[in-house]
Amino acid sequence: MRPILMKGHERPLTFLKYNRDGDLLFSCAKDHTPTVWFADNGERLGTYKGHNGAVWCCDVSRDSMRLITGSADQTAKLWNVQTGAQIFTFNFDSPARAVDFSVGDKLAVITTDPFMELTSAIHVKRIARDPDEQTGESVLTIKGPQGRINRAVWGPLNKTIISGGEDAVVRIWDSETGKLLKESDKETGHSKTISSLTKSADGSHFLTGSLDKSAKLWDSRTLTLIKTYVTERPVNACAISPLLDHVVIGGGQDASHVTTTDRRAGKFEAKFFHKILQEEIGGVKGHFGPINALAFNPDGRSFSSGGEDGYVRLHHFDSDYFNIKM
Amino acid sequence: MAAAIAETTKLRWGELEEDDGDGLEFLLPPKVVEGPDENGVKRTIEYKFDGEGNKVRVTTTTRVRKLARARLSRRAVERREWAKFGDAAREDAGSRLTMVSTEEILLERPRAPGSKAEEPRVAGDPLASLSKGGAVLMVCRTCGKKGDHWTSKCPYKDLAQQTDNMPPTETTATPATANKSTYIPPGMRGGGERTGSEMRRRNEENSVRVTNLSEDTCEADLQDLFGTFGAVSRVYVAVDQKTGMSRGFGFVNFVHKDDAERAISKLNGYGYDNLILRVEWAAPRSN
Repeated sequence: MRPILMKGHERPLTFLKYNRDGDLLFSCAKDHTPTVWFADNGERLGTYKGHNGAVWCCDVSRDSMRLITGSADQTAKLWNVQTGAQIFTFNFDSPARAVDFSVGDKLAVITTDPFMELTSAIHVKRIARDPDEQTGESVLTIKGPQGRINRAVWGPLNKTIISGGEDAVVRIWDSETGKLLKESDKETGHSKTISSLTKSADGSHFLTGSLDKSAKLWDSRTLTLIKTYVTERPVNACAISPLLDHVVIGGGQDASHVTTTDRRAGKFEAKFFHKILQEEIGGVKGHFGPINALAFNPDGRSFSSGGEDGYVRLHHFDSDYFNIKM
Repeated sequence: MAAAIAETTKLRWGELEEDDGDGLEFLLPPKVVEGPDENGVKRTIEYKFDGEGNKVRVTTTTRVRKLARARLSRRAVERREWAKFGDAAREDAGSRLTMVSTEEILLERPRAPGSKAEEPRVAGDPLASLSKGGAVLMVCRTCGKKGDHWTSKCPYKDLAQQTDNMPPTETTATPATANKSTYIPPGMRGGGERTGSEMRRRNEENSVRVTNLSEDTCEADLQDLFGTFGAVSRVYVAVDQKTGMSRGFGFVNFVHKDDAERAISKLNGYGYDNLILRVEWAAPRSN
């Protein structure tokens, strides 16, 4: 396959997200402008101007009309996807990190980093249908875990919130009361920072990637560990194929070590694993530097990766990818 | 209105141009478009007059390539027409933010397609399976069988020295003093003279170099060709980084040395894709 290279960002990529129809791809980077691209040919559709810091995460509503972004400028913003206009700004006292719309797009979960004396927190905001009625009030604020919360997503039926972060523990919270329901135990869980967390297409299970050089597949309801995929580098990003039993894992060593190692030794590839057999299927090379973000198109026929090198690479699979025999 | 006028004048101007020619275009057969057929090849046949008034048939063959089969939802088609905004609206055409990679990127398989992951590892390198004791605990060090019996219960115990993870040719050098019951560190097995570098080279053993390959021979072809002689653990075809073309040589690693020997004896001088293959033992890497 010949990947499409998109050079819209001047700084390392942080997050990639497809909309539900799979025709738009949203990219976030450490430069301050999230960007939307056409997911088939990689043409840039627009940029969302207004953040004043690195943008860490984004989510798009099911109807592809609203975008929410979380940024280091201590805000999370709601955008009109079509025009790039800001709809609302949620102000926080510390940098916002993860954002996720609930099923139905009526609620959003936003996590904030520990900053000065503040501890990290998970905020639940109500998203109004009418932008004029939007308020910044939190429906629920959950505090407790130490360190950054790198990802927080909604569990099945919006009943729970699943979070993972620097303390390497996956937690499931009650989204009504904020009570801690389940916690991954130290032995089976990750041993280092959880850098990414993505749900499967149906939300029944999710994949976490960690700097302990592994990715783990969990059940969304019971938080039982289903599978572990071991690689030889810290995992920064992971994604689950909606079409085949594949997962893709990307990473690389810390940016501080990049200059001292050869690109080949650095192993900056996106690694494909068989979801069930946990066997490596193959690697897709290309980025110069670690991979920070990965996303599968909802049709499972293409995937994109974002790297420390500022490029988004959009890969449309060749037909032989669909005939891989294990 | 102005635009319409401009258009008509333009048209007239175009007609004038043609009148300057022979004005006989109506005599020419109409343009024919054939295809695209199942290979995506489209053929356009046009007729025109050349400078000397001769009728010339111009056949243009183009290949229509579908990038991706995608079923778009109605909403997605609408979104396609959305106006650009933000920086994208002011983008100059030459900025070339989106490019198609000049490099063909493949999903690189960790092992040759078609080969089994487990089998070569155990048969070809019992040490590797030993070091991975976590996977299957019960591994016989004598015959390399997994999960069947422990080393001490091995039915092939008497043959221990012969089959002990070395190709048969090397076992002749095994000193008779080696005692079965005492532990011999892996590095010392098969004689103490075995050095670390030799140990490492073992992974490259049974490697066969194939030269004079045609340019369109791929790894799967070699796998097919050499797979008939026995289990193959690795197939590699050297590819030019820039052009993506085969450089005309490759390597095949066999699990068993005798398979490799047979392959060399049969395939050296074998005609493959109009070229005569040269198959020989790969020289060990100098460093």
